[in-house]
Amino acid sequence: MEKSNVVLHVADVHKRFGGLHALADIDLQVEEGKTHAIIGPNGAGKSTLLNVIIGKLAPTSGQVVFDGTVLTGRKPYQINQLGIARVFQTPEIFADLSVLHNVMIPALAKRDGMFKLNMLRSLDSETGIRAEAEHMLEDVGMITRREMLAGSLSRGDKRRMELAMCLIQHPRLLLLDEPTAGMSRHDTNTTIELLKKIKSRGMTKVIIEHDMHVVFSLADKISVLAQGRIIADGSPDEVRGNPKVQEAYLGGAH
Amino acid sequence: MTTFMSRNDLFLFLGFTVVVLAMPIWLAPFGAGYPDLLQRFMIFGIFAVGFNILFGLTGYLSFGHAAFFGVGSYAAVWSFKLLTLDAIPAMIFAVVISGLFALVIGFLCLRRSGIYFSILTLAFAQMSYNLAYSVLTPITNGETGLQLTLADSRVLDAAMGQTFSGQPVPTLLGQQLGGYAGFYFCAGFLILAFFIAQRIAGSPFGMMLKAIKSNQTRMQFTGFNTRPYALSAFVISGMYAGLAGALLAVTDPLAGAERMQWTASGEVVLMTILGGVGTLVGPVIGAWIIKYFENILSALNDNILARFWSFLPEGAADFMVTITSKFVGDGWHLTLGLAFVIVVIFLPGGIMEGVRRIAAAFRRSGSSSAKPSARTQPAE
Repeated sequence: MEKSNVVLHVADVHKRFGGLHALADIDLQVEEGKTHAIIGPNGAGKSTLLNVIIGKLAPTSGQVVFDGTVLTGRKPYQINQLGIARVFQTPEIFADLSVLHNVMIPALAKRDGMFKLNMLRSLDSETGIRAEAEHMLEDVGMITRREMLAGSLSRGDKRRMELAMCLIQHPRLLLLDEPTAGMSRHDTNTTIELLKKIKSRGMTKVIIEHDMHVVFSLADKISVLAQGRIIADGSPDEVRGNPKVQEAYLGGAH
Repeated sequence: MTTFMSRNDLFLFLGFTVVVLAMPIWLAPFGAGYPDLLQRFMIFGIFAVGFNILFGLTGYLSFGHAAFFGVGSYAAVWSFKLLTLDAIPAMIFAVVISGLFALVIGFLCLRRSGIYFSILTLAFAQMSYNLAYSVLTPITNGETGLQLTLADSRVLDAAMGQTFSGQPVPTLLGQQLGGYAGFYFCAGFLILAFFIAQRIAGSPFGMMLKAIKSNQTRMQFTGFNTRPYALSAFVISGMYAGLAGALLAVTDPLAGAERMQWTASGEVVLMTILGGVGTLVGPVIGAWIIKYFENILSALNDNILARFWSFLPEGAADFMVTITSKFVGDGWHLTLGLAFVIVVIFLPGGIMEGVRRIAAAFRRSGSSSAKPSARTQPAE
């Protein structure tokens, strides 16, 4: 098998919580520049898998390799600095800061690294970072809200801002945990367009999503997770026609 | 220079400087225009400004900052005893020592956050307090307190051929630092401390501290190692506390362990909350108000109260004296506690929130034709 363009490799990962086998024998390969969707019924272990990749949870066994670097055992901030950003299921934002500052902070993380004691420099002199953040906010259609407190945004806007916070870092890999949950149909379509635009720039994405409309308009490859195992893997068309997938979804619903 | 400081920041800084330097004038009608009290206003103002960098910006509530204040005092007095009576080396020495002390304690305490962090700082401060009374007596002189004597070595002064007669007192370039000289010396440091705090709050580093307070998880997933940020804030605020402690030793060269007690740590928390957590000016105002009322209320006694209530019939006057005497003198902490409860319940943002509300009300009544959506931005 040709593996040279695999950028993320989740290798034989198991995760147990006490007696619960949340992830079993997960082997997942994400190719560079592709959008890889992970779908599955509730409780299938999708978020756990994302948490293992991003360093929030340590796997019980197995490891995650990103572009030749083993991620397992590294801290979340180190993993981010390697070029992996994540949008959370419930937006993780700086609610007490302005929208503009929310987007400037990740840009500074990208430029300055994990720690910099730049306390005698004025924030006003960071014109480059500011312009970059404003440009990003224009991209996601939130430039008019830049002075608002992030905590006062609507739920959909919080998600879009969080996406902007990830995109401004130009990550090599973007992990999206239900990026359109709680959005109106209109906002969902806007987000899909935005994600397609990123794809054309060659960013690799792993996306967890319930909304099949979103999945089939974005994904190049789909992995189906049920009860902690990958039960199917392949192109959207292959997965759509797979009887095991239909069974898992119907089984999950009943 | 245009990006060095924004217009608003510059006005705030200049306004603050003028208010501080003119304190002997505008506080005289309130009976607070004398040097001894003014010095304390400056010293506790510095303490509160520094505390706010940790508590207000970064969101870590320390209950042990009096330890750094005490360490600063001891370090300054030792500098007076061993090196020279000049105040500047003592200040530098005190800030360095308290910074190192804060580095060690902060490193250990910041392994936890929230209430566990607070309890750890409290435990370390109480340990320091007890050590100062017991094992460390050779350094702290225990209950008596560390003071200057004629027999101190003062190697630098001796090398310069300076001799003293009478009780040694701290100096600045040969000038004694009593009275108003002492006040302006402390005022200079408060203005400097305020300036640095303002720079920090307006810097990228300051924004990171606010972001840590707002959402530490997001900071980590954004690629920031939050521990060194919090530790830097802890050390900076410890150095501020040490500077304040050193100034107290300059104005009154006697360092005692009671400066490190938890009540002293609690006092700076009260100052910050009373004035307004996270604002620049609030903690200073909180410190001034607490020290002002401490000064007035703790000096009152039953005789003064009896004279005050003497316009009432005898029985009623006696009754009022009995009641009010519980709130003054040593009981002034009761008044402080009540005032604190009232502020936290009705003005959780402290005095600065009160000021903002009043300003907003004025703006609304002043320009009722203006857009009603004009909301006040939280002023920093």
